[in-house]
Amino acid sequence: MVSATKKIPVGAHYGWQDWLAQRVTAVIMLLFSIVIIGYFMLKGGVNYAEWKELFRSQTFRIFVLVFFLSVYYHAWIGIKDVLMDYIKPAGLRITAQVAVLLFLLGCSIWSVTIIWGV
Amino acid sequence: MPSPKSASRQRPKYYDLNLLHLPMPGLVSIFHRITGVVMFLFLIPTVLFVLQCTLGSETGFNQWKSIFAQPIVKLVVLGFVWSYMHHLFAGIRYLLLDIHFGTALEPARSSARIVLALGLIATVLVGVRIW
Repeated sequence: MVSATKKIPVGAHYGWQDWLAQRVTAVIMLLFSIVIIGYFMLKGGVNYAEWKELFRSQTFRIFVLVFFLSVYYHAWIGIKDVLMDYIKPAGLRITAQVAVLLFLLGCSIWSVTIIWGV
Repeated sequence: MPSPKSASRQRPKYYDLNLLHLPMPGLVSIFHRITGVVMFLFLIPTVLFVLQCTLGSETGFNQWKSIFAQPIVKLVVLGFVWSYMHHLFAGIRYLLLDIHFGTALEPARSSARIVLALGLIATVLVGVRIW
């Protein structure tokens, strides 16, 4: 008897991962936006002391960093899609993608230094 | 294979590359893409830079406070606010479409209109708040 082989007909599922990550990061950013916009709409403005105090809270720092990292991951997927749509030559496209990736990596490190540098 | 003669024959064209003639969902889609790229290129570095300056010292905080008080800067801020809000509302619409909510032609058109309106309304509200 020939047994049925359970063959996975497609590749590494990267496309599915990106699709899901784009949506998960979107929901994180949405929740964060509601909280922050609500806070500033109710409170109006902040002075320097309040602004700094806000960033001294470890919980707030982690919230902000999670938001920023969501932005960078979301932007990476989105910009990669845009580059794949408009830049056809492989070399040029990969160069652009690497530039975007390095920029976002730099932004991630910069974000940490800003948030924890207060 | 069509002969070169038939390929070069005059054919009707229905391209309409004018953005304003796109159907509503198309308009929402292209604005979603444009606002995404604009925010990636300009909003991310600007926000980080302003955050660094305002948290760094009281002088920096007050400096940016007076910069944000200028009408031309407020207009730029509103441009970014619209970009963010349009991208956000269009994104919510796509999440709903993902779970097969409102995928028929008419609901898709009206939700696109709602997204465009909400983006503008949110921008006007923030405009009223900061002016």
